[in-house]
Amino acid sequence: MSENILQVRNLEIYYGDKRAVNGISMDVEKNAITALIGPSGCGKSTFLRTINRMNDLIPGARAEGEIIYEDLNLLSDQMNVVALRKEIGMVFQKPNPFPKSIYDNITHALKYNRIKKKSQLDEIVEESLRKAALWDEVKDRLHKSALSLSGGQQQRLCIARTIAMKPTVVLLDEPSSALDPISNAKVEELIIELKKEYSIIIVTHNMGQASRISDKTAFFLSGDLMEYDVTEKIFTNPSNQKTEEYISGRFG
Amino acid sequence: MEKIMPAKDRLLKSGKNGLGNEMRGKVLVILCAVIMISVTISITIFLGTKGLQSFIKNGVSPIEFITSTKWNPTNKANPEYGAFPFIFGSFAVTFLSALVAAPLGIGAAIFMTEIAPSWGKKILQPVIELLVGIPSVVYGFIGLSVLVPFIRENIGGLGFSLLAGTIVLSIMILPTITSIATDAMSSLPKSLREGSYALGATRWQTIRKVLIPAGLPTLLTAVILGMARAFGEALAVQMVIGNVRDLPSSFLDASATLTTIITLNMGHTTYGSVENNTLWSMGLILLIMSFVFIILIRYFSSRRKMQ
Repeated sequence: MSENILQVRNLEIYYGDKRAVNGISMDVEKNAITALIGPSGCGKSTFLRTINRMNDLIPGARAEGEIIYEDLNLLSDQMNVVALRKEIGMVFQKPNPFPKSIYDNITHALKYNRIKKKSQLDEIVEESLRKAALWDEVKDRLHKSALSLSGGQQQRLCIARTIAMKPTVVLLDEPSSALDPISNAKVEELIIELKKEYSIIIVTHNMGQASRISDKTAFFLSGDLMEYDVTEKIFTNPSNQKTEEYISGRFG
Repeated sequence: MEKIMPAKDRLLKSGKNGLGNEMRGKVLVILCAVIMISVTISITIFLGTKGLQSFIKNGVSPIEFITSTKWNPTNKANPEYGAFPFIFGSFAVTFLSALVAAPLGIGAAIFMTEIAPSWGKKILQPVIELLVGIPSVVYGFIGLSVLVPFIRENIGGLGFSLLAGTIVLSIMILPTITSIATDAMSSLPKSLREGSYALGATRWQTIRKVLIPAGLPTLLTAVILGMARAFGEALAVQMVIGNVRDLPSSFLDASATLTTIITLNMGHTTYGSVENNTLWSMGLILLIMSFVFIILIRYFSSRRKMQ
């Protein structure tokens, strides 16, 4: 039996009076890739952004229920969201490197953690870039602007920047939807590589991507969790009629 | 029934539906642009020739003009034309007021965009617009009747001082800096903020380490535009700075700037006289400085585009 990293219980998420997620419950497996799929506006990104409390930044957003992580409810008011986001990192749809050098993009947040020693920083930069399969492409120009990289490289840099914090969970919000097919393939390869060390939750609109890389898939529709199962089952023999219609492209 | 025009009238450039209107519009806007450009060029040429006359025709040494601290143009036997105290005064009030107004303005901009975007902007925006709308003579008048006596009684000196000029100018350039800095901060993409927060940065770390560096070129442009305004302001400064010829030795000493000397003396000097010509030379310095400010702004905005 595999271990769970997150247990979601009766999670409801609201924007003002509007309910975006209607009481979902699911367990997220450790060291696995969990894909969240569903049409736009189904609540999957909202759910993802609630896990590391990024949704707190949206005025009027609030969540009820529980997301249990190491016996703590992440939705508690007592939660130090700043510390939480270091353990549960996030990568966004559009690559968003800081307008600084490649090196500084990685060390940027490390410095918040009082890691100051040059040798240690160098080590983490190399290690994270290697893990993000970017090291060979950028090792000779670490001090060039991150904005000089291609879109795919920028996204891998954002992943490197996130794993440099040594998180336990990495949340990916459509990480390759803004990329060309080759960059997309590289990012997918990377994500599969990453699950050895991290638990990964990925929101994707790309059915192929979900079926290629994820271990489990959750299908969302209008704020409800319609079906959650092993990816292979979802894509070959879904138990819900709506799931089948969605993955075969009949709506969405 | 409507008569159908022949094709050559409907479709050819020379026809009744032709581009006559289009041409008129084009001529009109070109004319506006030409007037604008020629006015600027004429002023530059005029100020250039007038400003250089004191050096070329009257034999005032340009070195003395820029470096000497002795200003005594009315002395018949041995007139002296050292404008350094005024140049110094102009730069001093400009930099000091930028030093005061830049942190205040950028701080207010960050407050409006990052800390309280909803109600902060609602309160501060009208305040800023109001500050812009107050004429400089009113700033000078308030400075003269409130600030100058306050400094005299509580801090020392005559009250008319570099300090008074700096404070009045700081308030005058604050809205310029704040409004441009606010635009700079609010035009930064949301993704930058999210990227920083998602790495576990606090709000202050995000502001200081990500947003300010990313917005820096525009923030500097804001400060320089403020400085350009301070450098060129005459009236309000003149009312509080004291207008003396000597180099000030402290903040509390009265001083003068290029602009205040020009406004004070242009009325009572004869056109074409050496003293009048030296005022034109000061005007030329002001023009050169505004070119410098423009070049700096261009430089910073090109850096912004590179990002």
